[in-house]
This record gives sequence, C-alpha cells and structure tokens, in this order.
Amino acid sequence: MDNLIVCLIEAKDTTTVHSKIVLTSALFFAPSPRTRIAEVRLVGRHPEVYEPCDDSFALVDALLADKAQLEELKPSLCLEVGCGSGYVITSLALILGNCSNSEVQFLATDVSEAAVHTTCSTLAAHHVNAEVVVADLVSGLEKRLDKVVDVLVFNPPYVPTPEHEVGVEGIASAWAGGDRGRMVIDRMLSIIDSLLSSKGIFYLVAVTENNPGEICQVMRCKGFASRIVVQRHTDEESLHVLKFWRVDDPLDQEGPTTPSVSPRTSSLHRTFSQRLARLVSFK
Amino acid sequence: MRLLTHNMLSCNIKGVTNGFPLAIEATTVETKEVDMNPDFLRHIFPKLEWKAFRDASHSLGVDDLPEQVDPDMLLDEEFLRRFHHALLEVHLEEGVLICPETGRRFPVSKGIPNMLLNEDEV
Repeated sequence: MDNLIVCLIEAKDTTTVHSKIVLTSALFFAPSPRTRIAEVRLVGRHPEVYEPCDDSFALVDALLADKAQLEELKPSLCLEVGCGSGYVITSLALILGNCSNSEVQFLATDVSEAAVHTTCSTLAAHHVNAEVVVADLVSGLEKRLDKVVDVLVFNPPYVPTPEHEVGVEGIASAWAGGDRGRMVIDRMLSIIDSLLSSKGIFYLVAVTENNPGEICQVMRCKGFASRIVVQRHTDEESLHVLKFWRVDDPLDQEGPTTPSVSPRTSSLHRTFSQRLARLVSFK
Repeated sequence: MRLLTHNMLSCNIKGVTNGFPLAIEATTVETKEVDMNPDFLRHIFPKLEWKAFRDASHSLGVDDLPEQVDPDMLLDEEFLRRFHHALLEVHLEEGVLICPETGRRFPVSKGIPNMLLNEDEV
C-alpha cells in the first residue's frame, strides 16, 4: 500500500503522461503490504559507493511485482552482479523469504571492494545471508555458475560517457557506461547464456540512451524472450527494467508471463509492417 | 568468506585449465554461529565439490568431515551439524586463495575474496 500512496503523490506532483504510466503500473503491481524489502535507513554508506536511487527502487519494484512468479520458480541460486550498496540483493533475499528455513542461495559481486563491504553491512543490518565476492562481473565464478543461476539481477553502469571513464576506480564505475552506456551491459549480455539455468530469469536496468529495444533484439537472437516490466521517467532519465527468459523455440512467445516483446510478437509485427509497406507501395 | 563461497571460486586467468579448487593459506579464521537449516544443507549438498570442500575445511582447522559422504548421512543430525559448521559458520577473514596451476594469489581481506585479474591476465 505504501507504494500506491507514493505513486499517487507522484502523479499529483507532475502532469506528464509518464506519471500516469507509473501510477497505472503501481496500481497493477502494488505488492502485498507484508512483503519486506531493504530499509534505506539500514543500507550501508560509503563515499565511493552508489546509494540506492530511482534505478535501484525501480529494480526492486520489478522484483516485488514478480514476487509470485519468483516464488513459483523455486530458485536455488540468485545472483546480483554489481551489488553496490546491497539494497537490491538484500531486498531480493527478503522478498524470497531469506531466513533460517530458506533453501535459496544468494550471491552478490561488485568490481568495487568498497561496494562489496557496504553490501555486507547492509545484509548484516537486515539479518540476511549472501555470499559476496569482489569480481569483474562474475570473474572467478563462471565455471561453477555454468547454467545454474535462476534469478540474475543487474543494475549496470548505464550512463553514456567517454569510454576511458569505464571501469576506473571509485564511484564512477557505478555509472560510467561508455558509448551509449552499453559497454558493460554488452559484456554482460554476452555471458547471460552461460549463466542462466533453463528456468532462469534475468532482470536488467536500462535507460533510453542504451536503446532497450535493441538490447531485446540482441537477446532474442540468443534465444531469450523479453518484456519491459517497469518503465519510469524521472527528471534525469527514462528508466526501464527489462526481463529476459529462455524460450525453446525462438518463435514461441509463451514465457513465464505474457510478454509484451517476444520473438513471435516481433515477427508478426514485422510481417504486418512489411505487408503494410507493400500496400503503401502499390498505392 | 565461508567455505560455501570458496567452493564456487576458481582461477580464471587466460589459458588456465585447472584453476579449481583454490588452495587456502589462512591467516585469520573466525567462527560465527548461525541457525542450522537441514533443508538448505540437503539442497546444497549435491552441488558441492565434496573433496574441495573437505580439503578447504582442513585448511581452516576443521578436521571432522568424512572423506566420502553417503546421501543417507544427510538424515543424520550429528553429520548435518558438522557439515553446517564447516560450510556456513567457519569464516576465512584474512588469508590468500592460491591457484593450483599458476600459483596466482587472490587475497581475502576482511572476509571478502578479491577475484579481480590484472589486464595482462584476462
């Protein structure tokens, strides 16, 4: 219910069309008030670590909206790459009921040592257990993570910057994304197939500059259907939370939920537009 | 770092074919009690490389795990307790993880392993 109230206030504050989208999705996705997520006041702080912000909240909202599906998935292993402050992995663990009787294993990595330490303190403040490793994406874990990750979340450095700013030390590594903000995202897309289990789901935060449509296209070629689960416009950016899952047949659009962007939808779209184009040319 | 984490790590330097398991050189080891969850243990057991886990626990001074494990043992309370302790309660706080093939040393500092590679190793 808290989310709903927040969104009503948002809608009142602004008159843009986009706020209506936020309101609609919040009404639709409003989670059970009993679902606990990480508390911002308990999140660890460090001058070189990105604090939870609109993008982090959008990602957690997407996970909350999918709570029922995530529970039904019965994940064994959940991984967050780029855990930063630990707000998201802690929330995911709380959403999936991480406690002494949970069977789910949680794992988080970040390229920044300060971030991983901050994640540890956030996890501890919420009495949540997760394994944490300083790694470049999943470096050092790839062999043992081969097609076993059931839930993968990634809030990448997505801000378009000059390429030399990517991967530098300090807080810039949390946001500097290089050309179109895609440098780190594209590296991640290239290893998704080797990480996700057959039932695995991948959540990715992206902004308009990253070209979410093209990201979905790239993933479609790798055999993944996709769907935009949250779309939110802030003063600074237009956020998307994309969700991907495997489809056996690239033409089969039946995924875990009805997708809005899927291989078949897209091919139907294409066929329709081609026919339309032909009609237009006849005319 | 718990041994659950250690069991998932391997050396990924370019060209390395036998980077698992990483040997442990322990400087500081701590024990932090957590509630035992038998279901979690049974669930994680088939995914563990048992020999690597047993050898790693030995490096941290835990010597009461059997060489071979029969799945029936997962019903035995006493075995589960020892398994739980070694997997989830013993922490390597300070030390080094060493690649079995190259001898490359990965530091573990304040309980966190650092698996970052240098540019010439990628």
